[in-house]
Amino acid sequence: MDNVKDCSMVTEHIESGKRKVTLSLTVNGRQIVRDVDPNMTLLHFLRDNLKLFGTKEACGEGECGACTIIMNGQAVTSCIILAVEAEGAEITTVEGLAEDGKLSILQEEFISQDALQCGFCTPGFLMSTRALLDNNPNPTDAEIVEVLGGNLCRCTGYIPIMLAVRRAAERERKELGR
Amino acid sequence: MDEKKYQSKYKRVGQAYDRKDAREKVTGQAVFTYDMELPGMLHARCLLSPYARARIVSIDTSKAKALPGVRAVLCGEDSDILVGLYMQDKRVLAKGETRYHGDVVAAIAADDEETAERAISLLDVVYEPLQPVHDVDEALRAEILVHDDINELKHYVGVFFPQKDSNIASWNKSKKGDLDMAFEEADLVVENEFSLPAVAHAPMETHVAIVQADPYSNKVRIWSSAQSPFAIRQIMADSFGISESDVEVHIPYVGGGFGGKAGIHLEPLATLLSRAAGGLPVKVRATREQEFNQLPTRAGMRGRIKTGVTKEGKLTGVRAVYDWDSGAYADYGVNVGKTAVYSGIGPYKVDNASIDSKTIYTNKVFSTAYRGFGHLETHWSIERQMDILSQHLQIDPYEFRMMNLLKPGDQTMSGEVITESNGSPSDCLTAVVKEIGWTGRKTEEERQREWKTGKVRGKGFAMLQKAPAMPANTSTSVIMQMNGDGHVKLMIGAVDFGQGAITALAQIAAQELDIPIEHIEISAEIDTRANPYDWNTVASKLIFMGGNAVIKASREMLRKMKEIAAQALRTDPENLLHANGEVYHRHSPERRLTYKQIALGYMYPNGTGIGGPLISSGSSIADGLTNLHPETGQGYPAAVWTFGAHAIEIEVDVETGYVDVLKVASAFDIGQVINEKLVYGQICGGVVQGLGSALLEGYKFNSDEQLMNPSFTDNKIPTMKDIPGKIVPIYIENPQHNGPYGARGVGEHPMISVPSAVGNAVYDALGINFHVLPLSPEAIALGIASGKKSILCTDVDCLPGRH
Repeated sequence: MDNVKDCSMVTEHIESGKRKVTLSLTVNGRQIVRDVDPNMTLLHFLRDNLKLFGTKEACGEGECGACTIIMNGQAVTSCIILAVEAEGAEITTVEGLAEDGKLSILQEEFISQDALQCGFCTPGFLMSTRALLDNNPNPTDAEIVEVLGGNLCRCTGYIPIMLAVRRAAERERKELGR
Repeated sequence: MDEKKYQSKYKRVGQAYDRKDAREKVTGQAVFTYDMELPGMLHARCLLSPYARARIVSIDTSKAKALPGVRAVLCGEDSDILVGLYMQDKRVLAKGETRYHGDVVAAIAADDEETAERAISLLDVVYEPLQPVHDVDEALRAEILVHDDINELKHYVGVFFPQKDSNIASWNKSKKGDLDMAFEEADLVVENEFSLPAVAHAPMETHVAIVQADPYSNKVRIWSSAQSPFAIRQIMADSFGISESDVEVHIPYVGGGFGGKAGIHLEPLATLLSRAAGGLPVKVRATREQEFNQLPTRAGMRGRIKTGVTKEGKLTGVRAVYDWDSGAYADYGVNVGKTAVYSGIGPYKVDNASIDSKTIYTNKVFSTAYRGFGHLETHWSIERQMDILSQHLQIDPYEFRMMNLLKPGDQTMSGEVITESNGSPSDCLTAVVKEIGWTGRKTEEERQREWKTGKVRGKGFAMLQKAPAMPANTSTSVIMQMNGDGHVKLMIGAVDFGQGAITALAQIAAQELDIPIEHIEISAEIDTRANPYDWNTVASKLIFMGGNAVIKASREMLRKMKEIAAQALRTDPENLLHANGEVYHRHSPERRLTYKQIALGYMYPNGTGIGGPLISSGSSIADGLTNLHPETGQGYPAAVWTFGAHAIEIEVDVETGYVDVLKVASAFDIGQVINEKLVYGQICGGVVQGLGSALLEGYKFNSDEQLMNPSFTDNKIPTMKDIPGKIVPIYIENPQHNGPYGARGVGEHPMISVPSAVGNAVYDALGINFHVLPLSPEAIALGIASGKKSILCTDVDCLPGRH
């Protein structure tokens, strides 16, 4: 009995041995068709199968937001979603934010406002913010806090992130006509 | 951010450049150890002790070993290796007895996760639960010894003092003057107890290490999410009996540290597993739960402060006793305890004082360095005590502090004379008190009036000081080489785990060499085979010591450049100046060479070369420090003091106990801003982390000292919902005589004294003195409900009627 104590929370994918399921989806604009273990989380699918290592795991239970990606326009924590739930989905990860070798306005503002330090939570923050601004190009501070309150950062004290999000929203409205 | 922009008198130092590592971090390209996989890499799982203290009666590993795919099964019987930075007290695997709920009883490396996981469940361990040592008082009775071999433990002799046949890992002391006389002369003597619980560093990347141990030699290759590659190398060499050059340490990007990744952690276990698995690389990674309950924390602490003061408000004497609950190990914890004896009376002039600081073993999760270590804890005690004293004296707490703050000519606790070059505590306090609009304490009448609205506002402030806590001979070094295009490669062995050091160091190099910062190539990734030695990336020492080393290397580089240029330009080096990436003659500036022309040696038109590739180095060692006297604590522990102060305005909901932080003003005498954006980042991050300690965070244990809140669900850290209404950073720039451009460290300081300032503001609001952290809504609400004016305990057990 004692032995199971620390097996409850697992950081890597463990094969279930079940029959694989064929999964089709779009990730960062690319069509993907793969056979996956039905027990595999979307996070592990992105990292282990698609080798998109930008998406991070920091708790494995949907509490910290480090694994946030955009699925069908909504920010989701990929560590508590099964890969098979993404059948037919459109997914964007941090690797899909820059286009044609040019950083997006959001990424530029994270840099210029110094909205990151160690950088481990950054992809999650960027994706939560991306989904927010896609759905609401002119969020109030309260709306920003409500959405980003689900992402943990231990370095920045959040204030520079708040400034970056405000600035990015403003620039996107002005420069991209959102 | 404050609208007023910082203006620097320098072209590159003081400018708010973007951090050099930012682009990789916003595109998902930054590789952390967590992301890494090596060919043939095995995965590991650990079995942790299910008891705080138990005898391991037997371990049957046969079924686990027989499972196909299992490459190594280890338990305490397989290794006697002890590790530790200051105190070699940490067994890699528990043997005979377990000491806390996170002790590793067995570890398994297997081809894949599934196999490792299954193998763990096949281990058959029989334990005999033993009575644990719960707290410091029980530990001090020494009826049960957490380490029965304490008398033999190897430690840093002369600096740490383990007590014979006890649970005291180190008893550090300091004293000066005549304390009995001081208390006699005092008009008022006040004694108080303050405490705070253990808290977690909670870096977003949990501890992780990959090790490949060459089966044909002593060679060990380590990739780790760690702050201190050279400390790992030295400890590994020492503990494994191999040479330092056998140990190769690679540090990719590190996802946060805050002191929790200083010293040595999972690397020795991964090494043993790799060796046992025939040299295949093994990855050991902590789950979030293990990050809370297996990896070390900030120690819980209890401070007892007795202060004598005249009725005019002059401190006559302070007696401080600090007891640190270091948990099962104190390999780094002893150094936390040590800081208390030279810093534990705060930045005040006190001629008669004594401090006893005991780092104590119990059977809880163990402790280590955490941002500003030792200081947040002792300042919680001292700065609350100062506030309480001013209440008794009915003197304004600002006036009271100003009367006693260190000024030039005064001595610190350890007898160091403060000069103007140390910076000014009073400049910091005055600045924040002004910023917060302090006009004196709230009267009881005002309080009662506000109380009726359901919300009461309060203001409070607190001082802070810290110098790097490090060995007297701490050193660092840099190597600088010019590339063929005139750009410069800068290498240092210290780690940038988010604090922005590589950017700030590049600015110093760019300033010295007068080239754009983009022309300085510096990497956050460290490889001990290439990067030069640095002691440990801790203690806010990197800009101070590393910055000085960069200046030395830059000046040596310029000297060499001018020697070659002088030959080429047919003049003496002293006739040459440099600017904008060129060396030129001071009187005939048309005689000039670009850096590029001399980078790899100057070539004459006929093809003949002189000089050769430009390379230079710079070293920096702490200047004039000494070990402290074992009994009196007198000596020179501080390479560089940084003084500071916070002032905080809060609003307390008297119904729910919720504390809303409206404004924080924080001033630090940092001598010189190197990069305003990075300093602001340290201040915001440190203040919010400090607010976590003040308002939210704290370990909760059950009766067997098992951590009851090992997750972000139950162990809350601040989110964006918890940020203050406003943080106003104030940079005081009294230059440090031996700091790079006059600069001092400020990485840790913003966190120190945030809880004290909040506690003082809570008193201003409610008229209640809290002596224990955190000041959570339930603690405040229960405190109000208790009707008491002093709250010594905020557990439900302390509610009225419970005892």
